[in-house]
Amino acid sequence: MLKAVLIPRRLVMIFIALGLLVLCFVYGRWDWLLVPKYQKLIATGVWNTVSLLIITMALGMAMAIPLGLAQAAGPWYLARPAQLFCGLIRGTPLLLQLFLLYYGVGSLFPGIPGIRESLFWPILRDAWYFAVFGLSLSVAGYEGEVMRGAFKGVPHGQLEAAKAMGMPRLTLFWRIWLPQALHRVLPTLGGETVLQMKATPLVAMITVTDIYAVSNRVRADTLIIYEPLLMLALVYLSITGCIVALFWWLERRIPTRTA
Amino acid sequence: MQSLGVLGASTLDLLAFAPPGWGATLLRGLWNSVLIAVGAYGLGLGIGVAGAYGKLYGSPWVKDLLAIYTTLVRAVPELILILILYFAVTDAVNQMIMAFGGGRIEINGVVAGIAVLGVVQGAYSTEVLRGAILAVPAGQIEAARAMGMPAGLLARRITLPLMLSYAIPGLANLWLTVTKDTALLAVVGFAELTQATRQAASTTKAFFTFYAAAGVLYLILSIASTFLFSRAEKWARRGQRRTGD
Amino acid sequence: MKKLAFATLAALALGTAALAEPVKIGIAAEAYPPFASPDASGNWVGWEIDFINAVCKASEMECAITPVAWDGIIPSLTSGQIDVIMASMSITEERMKTIDFSDKYYNTPTVIVAAKGAVATPDAAGLAGKIIGVQASTIHEAYVNAYFAAGAAEVKVYQTQDEANQDLAAGRIDATQADSIAMDAFLATEAGTACCETVGAVADDPAILGAGVGAGIRKGEDDLKAKINAGIAKILEDGTYDTITKAYFASSIYGG
Repeated sequence: MLKAVLIPRRLVMIFIALGLLVLCFVYGRWDWLLVPKYQKLIATGVWNTVSLLIITMALGMAMAIPLGLAQAAGPWYLARPAQLFCGLIRGTPLLLQLFLLYYGVGSLFPGIPGIRESLFWPILRDAWYFAVFGLSLSVAGYEGEVMRGAFKGVPHGQLEAAKAMGMPRLTLFWRIWLPQALHRVLPTLGGETVLQMKATPLVAMITVTDIYAVSNRVRADTLIIYEPLLMLALVYLSITGCIVALFWWLERRIPTRTA
Repeated sequence: MQSLGVLGASTLDLLAFAPPGWGATLLRGLWNSVLIAVGAYGLGLGIGVAGAYGKLYGSPWVKDLLAIYTTLVRAVPELILILILYFAVTDAVNQMIMAFGGGRIEINGVVAGIAVLGVVQGAYSTEVLRGAILAVPAGQIEAARAMGMPAGLLARRITLPLMLSYAIPGLANLWLTVTKDTALLAVVGFAELTQATRQAASTTKAFFTFYAAAGVLYLILSIASTFLFSRAEKWARRGQRRTGD
Repeated sequence: MKKLAFATLAALALGTAALAEPVKIGIAAEAYPPFASPDASGNWVGWEIDFINAVCKASEMECAITPVAWDGIIPSLTSGQIDVIMASMSITEERMKTIDFSDKYYNTPTVIVAAKGAVATPDAAGLAGKIIGVQASTIHEAYVNAYFAAGAAEVKVYQTQDEANQDLAAGRIDATQADSIAMDAFLATEAGTACCETVGAVADDPAILGAGVGAGIRKGEDDLKAKINAGIAKILEDGTYDTITKAYFASSIYGG
C-alpha cells in the first residue's frame, strides 16, 4: 500500500491536494463549524444518514430475497407481480417515488375520518418512516433483480445433489441455495451500498433531517454557499470509504469456494 | 372523501392537453428531461471514450488523475455534485471571464444541466468502456498492429466495433440512470418532468394523479429505451453470432 | 496568444450578449399564490409577476422571468444564473451581507397558522410542545429557530411553503409560520378552510423579519439597482402599483 503512494508523481499529487485543502480552509468561512448548535446538528445529521442507510439496506435485502426467488423459481402468479414491482421501482426516479409516498399519501389523510386517533398515526405523521419505507422499497427493487440472477446462477448440480440426498426443500433453501446465492452477490453488494448511500440525501426533500438537510440549514442561516457543500462531500466520501473498507474486510473473511 | 373524488371524475380533465388541463405542461417537462438526458449521455460518452483510453493507454499522470475523477464522482451523491457544479462551475466561468475584463454571461438551465449530469455520467461511462475495451480479445488488436494499422484506424475499425457488444448492457444501464437523474434537477428548480409535476400537483392539490401520471411517463421512457437497447445489442452482436455458427 | 484569443472571444460573446440578453428576473419555482404560481399552460401568474412586468416596463428593461429553486436562489444570483431576485424576499441584515436590495415593494405581517384549536397564542408559550413547519431559507425558518425551536416538539423544514401547507392540512404538523397574505390564500382554499385558522401575528423582530420585500441584486451593480428603484418609484407614483394591487387584494399591501 505504502509503496504505491511513495512514487514522486503521487507525492506531488498529494501535496497539491493538501495545498488545495489548506487553501479551502484558510480562504473559506468555516467559523460555523465551531458553533455548538451546528456541531450538534451535524452529529444528528450524520447519525440519521448512516442509520437510514443501514436500516434500509437490511430491510431492502430482506425483501429482495423473496422477490428474487419468486422471479427465479416461483410460479407465474408470484413471478409476474415481483417482476412488475422491480420494473416499477427501477423505471421511475426515487425522488418522484418519495414525493408520491409522502405527499400523495398525506393528501388522502383529511378524507379519512378518525385517522389521527388511530394506532398508526404516530407512524403516518412522521416523515422518517416514509423515508425508511421508500428507500427500502428502492433497495428491494434493485436488489430483487440482482438476487434473481444470483438464484439462477447457483449451479443446478448443487441443488440436484441436495435433492438426491433427500434434503427437505426448506433445508435445501437455507443451507444450499440462499448461502450460495448470497455469496454470489457479495462482491457487488459494496457497490450497491454506496449507490444506496448516494440516494439518501433525497429524504431531505420530505423533511427528514439527514446530513444534507443540516448543510442546507447552515447554508440558509449563514448564506455561505460552498463550504457546507464541501463538508457534505467530505462526509459522504468518508462514509463511502468506510463502506468499501467494511466490504473488503467482509469479503476476505468469507472463504471463496464456489467457482 | 373529497380527495378521493379528485382521483375519479376530474382526473381526465386535469391531465387534458389543453389548459386548464396540465397534460401539455407534463409533456413539456418530459421533453426537457429527454433533452437533458440525451445531451448528458452524449457528453458522458465523449468523456467516457477519452477517459477509458486515458486509463488504459495514458501516461501515469493521466491514469492517476482519471482515477481521482472517477472515484470522487462515484463516491459523492449526484445531488451534491449537481449543487456544487451548478453553482460553483457557473460562478467560476463567470469569474474567469470577468478576470479577462468581460461581463457576466448567462448560462442557461439546459446547458448547465447537461454539463453537470454529463460530468457525472462521464465517470461511469469511463468505467463501462474501459471494461469493454479490456474484454476485446488481445489477439485481434495485436493482429491489427502486426499488419501495421495506425492507432486511429485500429480504434475505429477494430477496438470500437468489437467492444460495442460488451459495452451496450452497461451503457443501457447508464442511459436508464441518466433519465432518472434528470429528476434531481428539480432540486435546482429546473422545469423537467418531476419539477413540472410538483408544480402541477401543488397548484391543483391532486398529488396522487400527477405523481402517478409522471411515473407512467418515466416508465414508458424506460420500457421504450430497454427495447431499443436490446435491439442495439442484437445488432452489435451480429458479427459474433456468425462466427459462433 | 491563447489568452488574448480567449479574451477576444469572450468579449465578442459578451458584446453581442449585452445587446440582446434580457435581464433575468429570478422567481421561486414553486406555487406561491397569490404572488406567483404557474398556470396550466406553463405561464406564471400572480401579483408579483404583474409587478415585475410593470417595473420592467417603467424602467424600460427587457426582462425574462426565470424560475429557480427558492432554496438556491441567492447562489443562483451570485453565480450569475439570474440578475435580479423578485421572489417575495424580505430585506434582512443577514442577506445584506451577501447581496444588495432595492427599495421595498411590499410589506405584510408574519403570522402563525395552525390546525383549528391546536395553538392558543402566536408565541413561545402557545407553540410549546407543537410540531412547527417552515419553508427552508426563509425569514420564518430563522425566526422559528430563534424563538420557538427550544420549546417546540419539532421544527420541520420544507422546500416550499405549499408543501408545509399540505402537511398542515394532512395534520402532520400543528402550525406553520409564514406571510399573512400567502396564508390567507391557503386558508381560502377548501382544504385550508376545513383544517386551519390564523392564530395571529408574531411579535416583530426587525433584525430577523426585516423591513419588507425588495428585489435582490448582486453587490456592486448599482446601475441596475438604480433602474429598478426608479421603476418601482414610477409605478407607485403613476397608480400602476395600485391598479395591480386592486386586481388581487382588497387593501394595499405596500405597508408602513
